[in-house]
Amino acid sequence: MPLPPLPESAIVLRAEAADWRTAVREAGAALTASGASLPGYSDEMIRMIEEHGPYVVIAPGLALAHARPGPDVVADGLSVITLATPVNFGHPHNDPVRVVLGLAMKSADVHLASIAAIANIFNDSEAIDALAKARTADEVLDIMGVAE
Amino acid sequence: MKIVAICGAGIGTSGILKVNTERALHKLGLEADVVAADVASVAEVARDAQIILTSAEFVGAIGKTFSDVIVIENYFDTQELTLKLEAALG
Repeated sequence: MPLPPLPESAIVLRAEAADWRTAVREAGAALTASGASLPGYSDEMIRMIEEHGPYVVIAPGLALAHARPGPDVVADGLSVITLATPVNFGHPHNDPVRVVLGLAMKSADVHLASIAAIANIFNDSEAIDALAKARTADEVLDIMGVAE
Repeated sequence: MKIVAICGAGIGTSGILKVNTERALHKLGLEADVVAADVASVAEVARDAQIILTSAEFVGAIGKTFSDVIVIENYFDTQELTLKLEAALG
């Protein structure tokens, strides 16, 4: 099952983010850089967390930032941000966050197959640590199982 | 048996819960209809569900229910999922 497109332009390593909002904005900016979303999608992702809490921190050190399909989504896409300094999202168990994934989906229908591909990567408990330590985009693509 | 995975958008995190719940059930030799839904539709979608899976943030929003509500901490830890499902179903 295919991962949402993850071009190199959607990978940012050792980003500086003082707080979780900035970290989510980085993930949104990377989705915009790769052509997957309009800049407004960052606000959508932030609003989901403001409204529902830090549930997007789905595993120790990993946040899956996303919002609903909507007009700010141009194409399916994934972004990977690693943080120079881990930030807290306020999650009771999984803080601090070292890696933020940004996810944009055109429709909820195709979503599950792509989500299954993401689950496949991170069911390997070492994947988050490996991503956090990655030094090049190639390493990230390798961990994410994206063929070049 | 029906199991509902809840998150804010009904996609993304609940999708990961759905996928990994199906894997955990398979390990346990059990079958269930696993549905991903957003928290706004939980009352309707989960009306006939035996189990609701979610993260701690949504427990309050789920409200009154006859379903077992299971809180998952690490969505990628299939062992946590398997143990909690086994406890609820066994």
